[in-house]
Amino acid sequence: MKDQHLVSLTVNGAEHEIVVEARRTLADVLRHDLGYTGTHLGCEHGICGACTVLLDDQPVRACLVFGVQADGCQIRTVEGLADESELSDLQQAFSDHHGLQCGFCTPGFLMLAEAYLAESDSTADPGQVRTAMASNLCRCTGYQGIVDAVCAVAKQRGKAGSP
Amino acid sequence: MKPAAFTYHRAHDVRESIELLTELGEDAKILAGGQSLAPMMNFRLARPSALVDITRVTGLDYLRHGADGLRIGALTTHRTVETASELAGFDVLPRSAHWVGHYPIRCRGTFGGSIAHADPTSEWCLLAVLLEANIVLAGPRGQRTVPATEFFHGFFATAAEPDELIVEIHFPEPARQAALTEFAQRQGDFAIVAAAVRLSSVDGQCTGGRVVLGGVDPRPLVVDISNALDGAAVTESTWDAVGELVAGQLDPPTDAHGSGAYRKQLAATLVARAFAEAAAR
Repeated sequence: MKDQHLVSLTVNGAEHEIVVEARRTLADVLRHDLGYTGTHLGCEHGICGACTVLLDDQPVRACLVFGVQADGCQIRTVEGLADESELSDLQQAFSDHHGLQCGFCTPGFLMLAEAYLAESDSTADPGQVRTAMASNLCRCTGYQGIVDAVCAVAKQRGKAGSP
Repeated sequence: MKPAAFTYHRAHDVRESIELLTELGEDAKILAGGQSLAPMMNFRLARPSALVDITRVTGLDYLRHGADGLRIGALTTHRTVETASELAGFDVLPRSAHWVGHYPIRCRGTFGGSIAHADPTSEWCLLAVLLEANIVLAGPRGQRTVPATEFFHGFFATAAEPDELIVEIHFPEPARQAALTEFAQRQGDFAIVAAAVRLSSVDGQCTGGRVVLGGVDPRPLVVDISNALDGAAVTESTWDAVGELVAGQLDPPTDAHGSGAYRKQLAATLVARAFAEAAAR
């Protein structure tokens, strides 16, 4: 028999109340049960980071959290970045700096970068940005465009760091 | 990949966690940050019948630094340790934290979870053995303390009983001159070899030291360097000699990540590198 639980989640400000099976990962809850298909699943074991979302402002691999654990939590996904028709500063920077090609890993990178930029000790230093972005895998860009984009936004948002 | 079915139970305090573990039997597992357990479940390498989620247990997320050393609550995240300030004497912990997985893993994974998982390359397991920490366990028979040097029994095997929960890791003695370094093919991967060392020295002369290695044995390996450091000069040649002495005592395994001979060479290099870093503190 399925072990089912009633959970309430707030995703990008919208409240949802759903019944989830205990074994369902947060990534599958977001994609299959709630339709937030912007969150992508690559490896499903915590290596690639494509499913990175913010759970109560912390970056997490959504494949390593069970949906039932997110009961009562605030979740932010890539769908929450753009404002109506306008791209966010970070999304625009990814476009400007060629931080994506096929785009599969991009939602994970965007949420990872959002979390990084929200840290009080984060800077626009390319070395620090590169280390943080090493958390996720990208098979197209060679990472340089991603690092450039995040550095540019860090500077725009007033973070310290070398040029 | 998706995990096999299990039943989910949320605990709100330590007592409820232990009651649930007792009631659910030994196929039940504790779920803390889940950064090691969830991948193993997704791979179906682990198929617990039930999970007791302790992430909402209050009062286990702390770093207490005082006269009796440093006490780390089991649910303290790696990231909290990484960003901790004012840990005088124990700053090898925040300095080593960046080796633990990647940034999002460190935001979710917990110190107690890493100790309980007992991966033989885990940075916290090595440092717990290096600094002779004590693991505080709570169970149906009350609390007990197990020295880290006796806690790790082998790959993913510890002295904790199935109905016990790690509540705290206590580091009684500071170690100002200590360092951990490691090598992995990509940053954030499991170390092929990791070396943790501590040193004591007076006026440019060593008076003692300790070496713990990961990746060369099924558990954190304390390597006997007995008198090799006593009276030796605080110089690079001393660190190289101790590295060679350590490597000479090893018989590490060969696997897809590296041969035994390669691991021995890595151990010599990393021990020397770690001592140089420790001596500079």
